[in-house]
Amino acid sequence: MTLSELKKGAVGIIKEFTDLEMSVKLMEMGCLPGEKISIARVAPLGDPIAVNVSGYQLSLRKFEASTIILK
Amino acid sequence: MKTDLRVALVGNPNTGKSTLFNILTGLNQKIGNFPGVTVDKKTGYSTLADGRIAEIVDLPGTYSLYPKSKDESIVFSVLADKSNPLKPDLVIVILDATNLKRNMLLYSQVADLKIPVIIALNMMDLARKDGIVIDIDLFAKKLGVPVIPVAARKGDGIAQLKQAMAFANKIPLQEESIDVAAIAPELVAQISGEMGIDNPYYALQLAHQHEDIKFISAAESERIEELEKEFSFHSQKAQAAETIARYNFINDLLYDTVKVPETAKDETLSNKIDKVLTHRVFGLIIFLGILLFMFQSIFAWSAYPMELISDGFVWVQNTLHQLLPAGPLTGLIADGVVGGLSGVMVFIPQIAILFAFISILEDTGYMSRVTFMMDKLMRKVGLNGKSVVPLIGGFACAVPSIMSTRTIENWKDRMITIMVTPLVTCSARLPIYTLLISLVVPNRNVWWIFNMQGLALTGMYVFSLISAVVVAFAFKFIVKGSERGYFIMELPVYRMPRWNNVAYSMYDRSKTFVFQAGKVIIAISVILWVLASYGPGGRFARIDQKYKQPEYTQHLKPEELDRAIKSEKLENSYAGVLGHAIEPVIKPLGFDWKIGIALITSFAAREVFVGTMATIYSVEGSAEKMESVQQKMKTATNPETGKPVFSLAVAFSLMMFYAFAMQCASTVAVVYRETKNWKWPAAQFAYMTVLAYAASFVAYHLLK
Repeated sequence: MTLSELKKGAVGIIKEFTDLEMSVKLMEMGCLPGEKISIARVAPLGDPIAVNVSGYQLSLRKFEASTIILK
Repeated sequence: MKTDLRVALVGNPNTGKSTLFNILTGLNQKIGNFPGVTVDKKTGYSTLADGRIAEIVDLPGTYSLYPKSKDESIVFSVLADKSNPLKPDLVIVILDATNLKRNMLLYSQVADLKIPVIIALNMMDLARKDGIVIDIDLFAKKLGVPVIPVAARKGDGIAQLKQAMAFANKIPLQEESIDVAAIAPELVAQISGEMGIDNPYYALQLAHQHEDIKFISAAESERIEELEKEFSFHSQKAQAAETIARYNFINDLLYDTVKVPETAKDETLSNKIDKVLTHRVFGLIIFLGILLFMFQSIFAWSAYPMELISDGFVWVQNTLHQLLPAGPLTGLIADGVVGGLSGVMVFIPQIAILFAFISILEDTGYMSRVTFMMDKLMRKVGLNGKSVVPLIGGFACAVPSIMSTRTIENWKDRMITIMVTPLVTCSARLPIYTLLISLVVPNRNVWWIFNMQGLALTGMYVFSLISAVVVAFAFKFIVKGSERGYFIMELPVYRMPRWNNVAYSMYDRSKTFVFQAGKVIIAISVILWVLASYGPGGRFARIDQKYKQPEYTQHLKPEELDRAIKSEKLENSYAGVLGHAIEPVIKPLGFDWKIGIALITSFAAREVFVGTMATIYSVEGSAEKMESVQQKMKTATNPETGKPVFSLAVAFSLMMFYAFAMQCASTVAVVYRETKNWKWPAAQFAYMTVLAYAASFVAYHLLK
């Protein structure tokens, strides 16, 4: 399952990434393998989404979220 | 100023870095450019407890030393380049105590460059409120660096921080974080050996960034490239490995030193606010409401101070006329220069209010929510959620907004944003719109609370946003780009705006506006006044001769005669000749030659319009009767038809022209600077001029 499929409010754990270039940026921002991640909210038009990760809130597009594979 | 110590401030965005910078330096700061690049460099001075003076350099906020944007790339070159004139003796890394994990990544990278470092642990008050307990002594001991808890907004801990700066070691004492060399052992060893580098992390950074940094030679860069091939070094894989290793180190460190309570994150105040402000339905409505409120307030709150300023200038002009001997020079000073200046100064209240709103929106964190809400919509038209900030900033001024597009990583998105930002109604258009609206739109309320003039102005603002979006959509198909865009962005928690920061921004922006516009206006007023007061050949003499003939002196009253002479002289002056020369081109738009003169001068800067109008009508008007520009324009009549010059059709046609035309030399210059290619400003100038002409033409013929 990828992060983009996670339901609002549910908690997932990051397993790996499908896109190396994107993963470098995501990991710098605290999205690391083993880290808990949950969907905080969805933008009014359905995209992007806001997630809670590493103790703060990050926004990313659904496409970017789909490169994060959860356990 | 002689300095004993150079200190660089480094930290993530939203950590309170600029607040700390302001407190450390007071108002004793200056803004310049980093050498070779046009990134704003803020430096200031701070006197330490022992009397030594420290120069403080504020580096752009970044999440990592691997730059994702141009601004961020400055950080590594200032810290690592030994020949950089700004190379610091000491680095203060600012960490947000409520968000330590992600903040520590940058610290661990900076620490590994082996520069003496101090940690300023900011937002300690908020961390305590959240129940976060940090064992600061253990934290400092494990890292081997001084850690100073501060609350920059409240001013807590600043004295201790200054003390730590005074006592800072000249040699780096920080503990190793990760085994950097293990990421690419052979390559790091080889680069270190060949280039005589004693710091493995510096060697590794060169391997990653050698293509983009300016302080190593082309030969060195090529050699690094060869070595990378030899040892099959993959930059992104190495970065990923490094980041994972660093976070492992950080997790271990924080496990021992920080206790974060396991409360449900949904309970935080920020989340409650976001439930409303980014709500599916209310979110966008509230955003529109905020914009509407902003523009209504700009009108309502500025009315009284504007009247005061305007009356003040009329008084000054009257006094000058009484004190100085009558003559051409008095006319130039009192009518040309003072008149032109008053046309601009009167808009200080509006500009100050506009900047207050923008700085509040940014300071509270609401601007990043707007980005979040608008991304999908913006992407549809070829922009990016992050384009919203330059576009809204464009309400103030296109120049800083175009510079702020650097946060957009994607090249195509950034170019399109730059191309359309000057379409957004900037503060220089505000005087023109206000003046023209007040001439033709009645000042009364409709639907109880909405002032018609305010609505007309809001309409112009909304129209400018719509046209920016439509033009962006067209550019989406014209500009070619293959780079992919990111939208990985922090949503900072909501904070109260820093009111002194808001006040400073109001003061600073108004001052800049007055000085920049003031200089141009004085220069143009003088030139224009000369052009309007003298004519080619013997034309003026012939006019004087003509009106001395009895057919005029006998049938006209003295003041009528005077007005007729002045009016004919203006028409035959150099400015009049110039205006007449372009009249055939602008006549289809409803403009006469006088407006033509204003259009020509406005190509230097839009705000010159009001001053030009003031100068032109003062040359023609009588000296005894002082009136504001507005009154003069209102009473101006077309000599052929006898109807007012500024009819509804002409006023809106003129507003359309100013809405689209690229009448700003500073914007042209900044677009060139940011794109490094004349093609972009040239294309922008061309498309905007064509749109301006077309929109004016349509507006005039629809309303006529």
